[in-house]
Amino acid sequence: MTSEPDGGRHRPIRDGERSGAALVVEHLTKRFGERVAYEDVSFDVGYGEVFGFLGPNGAGKTTTVRTLGTLIAPTSGAATIVGVPLSAESGPAIRARISIMPESPGLYLRLTVAENLECFARLYELRDVRGRIDRVLQAVNLTGRASDACGALSKGLRQRVALARALLSDPEVLFLDEPTSGLDPVATRDVHGLLDALRARGVTIFLTTHRLEEAERLCDRVAILNTTLRLVGRPDELRAQLFSRNLEVRTRTQLDEPGRVFDGLSNVEGWEQSPSGSYVLNVTDPDVAAPGIARALVAANADILSMAESHHSLEDVYLELVDEDVEAKR
Amino acid sequence: MGFSWVRVGAIVRKELHDYRRNRFVVVTMSFLPLVFIVAPVIQLFAIKLSITSARFDDRIGLALLYMLILPAIIPSVLSAYSVVGEREQGTLEPVLTTPIHSEEFLVAKALAALLPTLAVAYVIFGVFLGAIAAFAHPAVASAIFERNHLLVQLIFTPLVAGWSIWTGIAISTRMSDVRAAQQLTVLASLPPVGVVALMNFNVITPSLGLALGLAGGLLLIDGMAWRVVVVLFDRERLVTGARG
Repeated sequence: MTSEPDGGRHRPIRDGERSGAALVVEHLTKRFGERVAYEDVSFDVGYGEVFGFLGPNGAGKTTTVRTLGTLIAPTSGAATIVGVPLSAESGPAIRARISIMPESPGLYLRLTVAENLECFARLYELRDVRGRIDRVLQAVNLTGRASDACGALSKGLRQRVALARALLSDPEVLFLDEPTSGLDPVATRDVHGLLDALRARGVTIFLTTHRLEEAERLCDRVAILNTTLRLVGRPDELRAQLFSRNLEVRTRTQLDEPGRVFDGLSNVEGWEQSPSGSYVLNVTDPDVAAPGIARALVAANADILSMAESHHSLEDVYLELVDEDVEAKR
Repeated sequence: MGFSWVRVGAIVRKELHDYRRNRFVVVTMSFLPLVFIVAPVIQLFAIKLSITSARFDDRIGLALLYMLILPAIIPSVLSAYSVVGEREQGTLEPVLTTPIHSEEFLVAKALAALLPTLAVAYVIFGVFLGAIAAFAHPAVASAIFERNHLLVQLIFTPLVAGWSIWTGIAISTRMSDVRAAQQLTVLASLPPVGVVALMNFNVITPSLGLALGLAGGLLLIDGMAWRVVVVLFDRERLVTGARG
C-alpha cells in the first residue's frame, strides 16, 4: 500500500484498487410533484474514498441515496453506479453490487441476529452463508450475540447488526444514511471505530450525516447539499475557499494602539480584536506574515503569549453556507 | 438477473420463522380452525333424519362451506399485513435495497401465506372427515364423503386461498394502515366462497366438468391477480409515500 499527498490528508491507495469512479452523478434532479427534493446535483466518488454528504434536515440527502440505490427514479439527470448506468432495468444489477444501511436499522425484531443476516445473505444469493455471517459479526464485534433476538438488543447493537447486514455482500459501495443518528456517545464511538476499520480496508463509503465532526473525522471529501449542491471538496479546501487565513495573537496585556502595530504590516490584510481579547489578523500566508508581526509586537513592547494560525472547522463552513441560503430565501 | 427461487425461499423462510414467534399469528392460526371445525361437526351430529331432503342437503352444504371459508379467512390476515406491515415496521426498505425483484418478493409473500393456510385447511378437513366417519350417522357420512363434495373441497381450497392472498397483498400495497388493510381484505376474500357455496347448496348442480371449469377460471384470475399486484407494487411510493 502506498499513499498520495492529498492536501494535508492522505488517501490510501490499495493494491489492486480500481481506477475510475465508483459513483458518477450528473445533473441529477428529483421532484415529487411541485416539491423539489434535490436539483441539478453533480459529483463523483472514487473507489476507496469515504465521501461525506452533508446537509440540514430536508436537504435531499436521503432521497439522493435512495435514488442512487435504485429505490426511486430520478426526474432528470444521469448517474453511473459501480460502472452501471442508472435505469429502471439496471436496478437489480446495481443493488447486487452496492449496499445501503438506512437510517432506521429495519431489523426483523422477532428473528435472531443470525436469522436476519441469513435472510439477507440468501437475498444476495451468497455462498458460504455461515462463513459470511461469522465474518461480518466478527467485524462488528457481535460474535457472541448471533442467537439473540434483535428485539432484545439495544439501539446501538441494532445499528451494528444493520451494519453487519450491509457488509454481508462485500459491497463495492456502501451507503450509510445517518449511521449514528440517535445513538449515545459510546455507541457513536463504536460505529466510528467500525467505519474507521472499513476505511482502512478500502471500502468505498457514501456517508450522509448532519454530524459535522463525524464527517470531518471520517471523510476524505464532503459535499454540502441544501436541495442544490453547494460545495464539494476536501474539508481543508472548503475552508480555504470560504475563509481567509488567520493568525491569532495573544498578548499579556492589551495593546494601547493596536492599529499602529498592525496597520501597514506587509502580508496583513486586516485585523480585529476577538471578544476574548486576542487579536485575529487576516494574512495571505501565516508563515510569511508571522515574523513581521512578531517584530512589530516586540517593537511596541508587547509581551507575546502565543501566535498561531486559527482554524475554521467544517462546522464553520457548513454554517456559513446554510446561513447564506437562509439569507437568500429572506 | 432472472427470477430467483433462492431469493423467494429467503423471504418464505423468514416469514415462517416470524409467524412461529408472533403470538397474534399463532392464536389466529390455532383458534380460528377450532371454531370452523366445532360448528359444522355439531350441526351434522344434530341432523335428524326425519328432515326433508332439501333441508338435509342445506345442512351438508353449510357444513362443507365452513371448510371453505377457512382458506379464505386464514391467509387474509397474513397477506393484508405482508407489505403494509413491513412498511410500518421499517423493514421493507432494507429488503428492497437488495437485488430482489418485485415479482420475487410478491411470490414469496404469497407462498408464505399459502403454505400454512393449505396445511391448516387440509388438516382441519381431515379431522372433520375423521369425526364424521367415526361419529356421524351413516347417511350423513355418506353425503359428506360424496365424491363431488370432496373434489370441490380439495380443488377449491388452494384457489380460494389464492384469491384471498392476492387480494390481501394488493390491498396491502396500497394501504398505509395495517388494521384497515386487514378489515378490507377479509371482506374482499369472500366472493369466491359464494360461488362454491352455490355448488355446495346444489343451487348450481355440481359436476366434475363444472368444478374443473370454475377451478380453471379461478386459477386464471389468481394468475392475473399476481400480475396486477406486480403493477400496483410501486417501490417509490412504498418507500417515500409519494409518487415521483
